[in-house]
Amino acid sequence: MMSETHPPAMLDVLTLGIGGETFAIEAGMVREILDLVPVTDVPGARDFVRGVVNVRGRIVPLADLRWQFGMKQTAPTADTRIIVLELELDGEATPVGILADRVHEVTQLATASLESAPRVGMRWRPEFIRGVGMRGDDLIILPDLARILN
Amino acid sequence: MSSIAEATEIFRQEASELLEQLEQALLDLHRQPDNRSLVDTAFRALHTIKGSGAMFGFDAVAAFVHDFETAFDRVRRGLSPCSPALVAAALEARDHIRALIEQPQAADAAHGESLLRALRAAVEGEVAATPAATPDASPGPIHGPTPGQDWRVRFHLGAEALVNGANPLLMLDELHSLGTAQVTALVDAVPPLDEIDPESCHLGWEVLLRTESPRAAIEEVFIFVSDDARIEITPMTTAEVPAATTAEAAPIAAVPAAATPAAVAERPRAEAEIGRVGGSLRVQAERLDELMDRVGELVIAQARLSQLAVGGDTGLTTVAEEIGRLVSELRDTTMGIRMLPIGSLFGRFRRLLHDLSRELGKPVELVTSGEETELDKTMIERLADPLVHLIRNAVDHGLEMPEARRAAGKPAGGVIRLKARHAGAEVLVTVSDDGRGLDAERIRAKALEQGLIAAEARLSESEIHQLLFQPGFSTAKEISAISGRGVGMDVVKRTIEQLRGGIEIASRPGQGTDVTLRLPLTLAIIEGLLVRVGNGRYVIPLSAVEECVELPAGEAARSGGYSLLNIRDALVPFLRLREMMHCATPADPHQKVVIISAGDQRLGLVVDQILGSHQTVIKSLSRLHADVKTFSGATILGDGSVALILDVAQLLEIGQAEEEELRNRSRQAA
Repeated sequence: MMSETHPPAMLDVLTLGIGGETFAIEAGMVREILDLVPVTDVPGARDFVRGVVNVRGRIVPLADLRWQFGMKQTAPTADTRIIVLELELDGEATPVGILADRVHEVTQLATASLESAPRVGMRWRPEFIRGVGMRGDDLIILPDLARILN
Repeated sequence: MSSIAEATEIFRQEASELLEQLEQALLDLHRQPDNRSLVDTAFRALHTIKGSGAMFGFDAVAAFVHDFETAFDRVRRGLSPCSPALVAAALEARDHIRALIEQPQAADAAHGESLLRALRAAVEGEVAATPAATPDASPGPIHGPTPGQDWRVRFHLGAEALVNGANPLLMLDELHSLGTAQVTALVDAVPPLDEIDPESCHLGWEVLLRTESPRAAIEEVFIFVSDDARIEITPMTTAEVPAATTAEAAPIAAVPAAATPAAVAERPRAEAEIGRVGGSLRVQAERLDELMDRVGELVIAQARLSQLAVGGDTGLTTVAEEIGRLVSELRDTTMGIRMLPIGSLFGRFRRLLHDLSRELGKPVELVTSGEETELDKTMIERLADPLVHLIRNAVDHGLEMPEARRAAGKPAGGVIRLKARHAGAEVLVTVSDDGRGLDAERIRAKALEQGLIAAEARLSESEIHQLLFQPGFSTAKEISAISGRGVGMDVVKRTIEQLRGGIEIASRPGQGTDVTLRLPLTLAIIEGLLVRVGNGRYVIPLSAVEECVELPAGEAARSGGYSLLNIRDALVPFLRLREMMHCATPADPHQKVVIISAGDQRLGLVVDQILGSHQTVIKSLSRLHADVKTFSGATILGDGSVALILDVAQLLEIGQAEEEELRNRSRQAA
């Protein structure tokens, strides 16, 4: 899941827009991308995993990263997608859905261009971020999903 | 898997069942050393393992079992009594067989030798008067004139014998081993060639046998043949005996093997026996799991179909109803296939107890009841470890040492009871001991010491008992090899909760402790009541639902999480699910109350609407929702959306906690 001791020079990622920022998720973790389906609320669950969805007969928790990054909640639009990932949680491969405002593209990021999250001057908790990189003029955030969700 | 590997696997499975039988028989013999049928069961198990072991190339197993069998044979012939020492030695030898089968490379031949010596010593030690030599059971004819009685043995095994796994060749070998035998095949029943069914046994045999062994020894050769076999054993006078008794009837001995397809002749006997009893079939467990998955999907699809059919044309409705009925029958049948009596699990603990009793020096008796109670296969498998923990705890912590028991006026030997029974849609499995009971004060002190509770915490007895399930908790003053390392009880609790069950502890000081596991009958599908609360739909397990009533208008107007409702002169507390689920939408004008119960506890759940019953395929929630206790799982509704399943036990707990708080408050007010 995480890169090995020698990370490859280029990283295949899926870029998506969440709360006005661009996030990148390793393409290898992505199982599928779905249009928004009816979400069932789980009362009592933590805010960022408030819902579950049915993905072809499997009950998949739906994570909303905006809570963890302190972003504003907005109503879903026609562009809203669910990215279904497979994450290792407590040593068990678990399918998790991530809510995204829009999906951009699958692209490559040069590993060398990634920097660790700056300790200061960031609105977000640094432990949630594996690294940031630039693509043209855009800042791309590589979130540490396992940590965000645990 | 290649067919050889498959065959080997079948042998392993079968052997493991036979070893289980052997173990049970030996353990029973420990208590009833004179029971002949137990001796026979043990012997039969050994014999079959030897036979199929040799067949599947487990030569070391066959050789070892042969010697084991030889020693045990003395017991079967009544030459040696079945002493405790013999049982102990035989149990160890049994373990060695298991090792030989499971890890042939790792098994230690020298260890095997010493076990056999111990066995022989155990057998012969009891019979100092008789010569030490064990009967030589090695097959093969013994040549030369021998003293003894002459017998004429004629046998027809019946047409089905080969199909059932009998092997006449082995019987002939056994007869040979008794003395000098002359074998003639009786071919009068063999039909013309074009009518021969190669799987039938048409041959009979006549054996002229000179042996020193008694008639019983000859009869024993045939103890495993089926009822339709004809066997005549007649003593002969010297005049009748033909001159040449040493001639080998080689071509005839070869007949059965040649006339029979190898696969049929070599089918092991245990299977034949199972087949005779109920025509049962061995199926791989994974296939059953697959079947259950398919049925689960079918149930979901059927729910969708019946929703589509509502208000459709009558033809469609009729078919939908028909399919609905078939699906629910199919579901029941499939679940029935997966049900196993829990006795198969209980049996395993006898050995555990036997060993524990020896190790700890506490005489213990295991009493089981309700072995016929059926549970889902997966459930039984997953119950094994928790029960091992509970039994170990009961023997190690629960039971006192014999002296202490006598001092307390109890019999020196302790009793562990394993009990299973149905209670509604649940199965209760109880492990009880008649030991000292739980020491609430000591548990409390220990919890305090380990920082699990605050010094001023006021805990009820059941709350104190629940402390035992905290990770890292252990009250054993000294850590023994068996328990007291503080792992176990929390693992037990977690496993049981994963099975959607619960644990209860009841303790009577000085008289013992009962630990009861409450388990659902099945893991996969339940009948559920679908309700609506606000915009959310939830499923309540129908087995827990007692009745549904209208919420009285006066109560509906009030708010506040907790109140009491008068149901036929009994006050039942109720929870407003709208408040638990933080519903923002306005409540329905006519809210309903669903009364749920478990044991003697009842609780009302206020919902907006009752939507009807729903076949619920239970899916678990992911680890991300492990902290949400109100729901035991989720299911997929006909329209493809997800509904959460309410956890009845948790809700009752919440209800009880609130009830206690309410009582405390009213007490303070008064």
